[in-house]
Amino acid sequence: MADKVLMKGNEAIAEAAITAGCRFYFGYPITPQTEIAAYMAKRMPKIGGTFLQAESEIAAINMVYGVASAGKRVMTSSSSPGISLKGEGISYMAGSDLPGLIVNVQRGGPGLGGIQPSQSDYFQATRGGGHGDYHLIVLAPASVQEMADLTIKGFELADKYRMMTMILADGTMGQMMEPVSLDFDIKPEPEKPWATTGTQMKRPHNIINSLSLVPEELEQQNFRRYEKYAEIEKNEVMYEEYMMDDAQIAIAAFGIAARVSKNAVNEARSKGIKAGMIRPITLWPFPKEPFMKAAEHVKQFISVELSMGQMIEDVQLAEQCRRPVTLCKRAGGMIPSPEMVLAAIEEAAENGGAL
Amino acid sequence: MEYKRLTLLCGHYGSGKTNIAVNMALDLKNQYENTVIADLDIVNPYFRTKDSKDMLEEAGIRLVVSQYAGTNLDIPAMPQEMYSLTDDQRVKAILDIGGDDRGALALGRLAPAIRKENDYEMLMVINCYRPLTRDAASTIEVMREIEYAGGIPFTGLINNSNLGDETTAQVVLDSMDYARETAAQSGLPICCTTVEKSLYNELSGKIDRLFPLTLQPKIR
Repeated sequence: MADKVLMKGNEAIAEAAITAGCRFYFGYPITPQTEIAAYMAKRMPKIGGTFLQAESEIAAINMVYGVASAGKRVMTSSSSPGISLKGEGISYMAGSDLPGLIVNVQRGGPGLGGIQPSQSDYFQATRGGGHGDYHLIVLAPASVQEMADLTIKGFELADKYRMMTMILADGTMGQMMEPVSLDFDIKPEPEKPWATTGTQMKRPHNIINSLSLVPEELEQQNFRRYEKYAEIEKNEVMYEEYMMDDAQIAIAAFGIAARVSKNAVNEARSKGIKAGMIRPITLWPFPKEPFMKAAEHVKQFISVELSMGQMIEDVQLAEQCRRPVTLCKRAGGMIPSPEMVLAAIEEAAENGGAL
Repeated sequence: MEYKRLTLLCGHYGSGKTNIAVNMALDLKNQYENTVIADLDIVNPYFRTKDSKDMLEEAGIRLVVSQYAGTNLDIPAMPQEMYSLTDDQRVKAILDIGGDDRGALALGRLAPAIRKENDYEMLMVINCYRPLTRDAASTIEVMREIEYAGGIPFTGLINNSNLGDETTAQVVLDSMDYARETAAQSGLPICCTTVEKSLYNELSGKIDRLFPLTLQPKIR
C-alpha cells in the first residue's frame, strides 16, 4: 500500500504536531481551521494527550503559556479574529521567552470578516500582533506536505530559540486535500532546564514571568532577545526560487498566492517572457538576500497577495527600492487567478521592455 | 447502479461523499426522470453539491440545499424542502450527508420516516488513504459513530480509496483487501468501488462493480 495518506491541510498540521511530540492542544473552534481541533479531539485521548476546548481564545493561549512553562510541546490554532484575541497571551509568552506553536489559518478581514481565504494578517504575524518589542518565527506553507513539514520544523525552532513559531496559512491551505508523506525524521527534544518542573529540593526555583519593573533590567532582556533574533535572521531564513536565474520579471508570493503565481510564471515563460518567482517560506525572518541578488537582473518585482498589499513593504525593504515593485492583489477572501497574475507579468514586461 | 428510492451517502469527512453524490445523481437521472440531489451537510461550509449547481440544473436534477451553503454564512442550516424527500415518494433522491457523526446528526429528523418507508440504501463512503480510517477497525469505529448519530443502520459500503491527484490504478487495487476486510467485519456488501473516470478502463474487469467519477472542479 502507498506510504502516503490523503489529508486536508488542517489535518496534516494536527498529525505532524502529534508526531513532533506535542501532547497538549488548547483551542476554540473557528472556520476555516476547525479540523485541527476536531482531529486533536479524536487523536489526543487515544495517545495519552490532552485536547481541551477552552472557553475562549484568550483562555486557550494562557493554557499554552502554562504548558510551555512546564517545558512540554504545546500548540494552539485559530483563524484571524481568534488570533487577535490571543494577541495578549502571545506577547506575554514572548516576554517570558516561552516556546510553542500557533497556527493561523487566515480568513478575510478585518473584524469578523468572512470565511474565505486571505493573507491579510501578514503585518500582524510579522510585526507582532501583541504589544512590545518581539518577533515570532513565521512559516508560510504552500502545500499540504509543507503544512506538515513546517509544523515539525516550527516545534524544533521554537524549542531551539525558546520563542513562539507561527504557521501562517490560509483557508485554502487548511481545506485543500493532497497526498502527504508522514515519514518524518524527528530530532530529540532539547533539555529545558529553565522549565517549572519541580525543584526536587535540588535546584533554585525556576520563575517564568514577563513582569520586569526595573527598566535597566527590562532593557537588557530586550537587548538579549534581539541578539537571539539576529542569530535567527542569520541562520533560519527559508525560501524557494523558481526560474529566477535569468528572470527579468520576478513575482514575490507565499502560500496559495505562490501556487497560483507558479502557473502564471509557467504561462509567461511559454510566451517568451522571462518570469520567475521568489517564494518566502519564512516570512519572519524575511528572505532579503534573494531579492537583493535578483535586483541585479530583474527589471520589476510584482508582489502577489491575498491582501491590500502587506508583504510588498518587505519586498521593497529587501531590494532597497532598486527596482519598482507593483502589487497584484485580491482581498476579502478572493484569490487572484493565474490569468490575473499573467496579465500583471505581461504589463510589467511591456513597460519594462523585458520581452 | 440500481437505486432505491433514497440513497444516503455518509462517511468520514473528506472521504469523497459530495463528488460521489453528484455523479450518482447524474447516473440516476439517466434511469429515472424525477431525480433529486439533497445536500444536508451541516458541518462544512465548503465543497458542497451547490458548487455543481449549474451543471445539475442543466441536467434537470433538482437540488435541495440550504440557501446558505457555500456562502460566507457559516451556520448549520438545513434546507426547508428537506421534508419533501420523505413526504413526496414519487422522487428518487441522492442524499449527501455531512461528515462524521456530527454531520449525520442532520438525519435525526428524517430517520423515522426513512426507516418506516424502508426503501433506502445507507452507504458508508470509505477511503483507506485517509489518516483516521486506514484499516477496517478504525473505519468501522467511524461507521458506528455515524449510525448512532444518524439513527439509520448502514446497508453497504462504497470503496472510494484514493490519493487525490496521485491516485493510480495500483493505488485503487491496493485498497481492495482493506475494502473486503471492512465488508467482512461489518457484514456489509461493497456496493461499488469508485474511480476517477481516466482510470476506469484500466481497472475495468479487475474490480467488480466499478463506478466512474467525474470530479467537481477545484482550485489548484
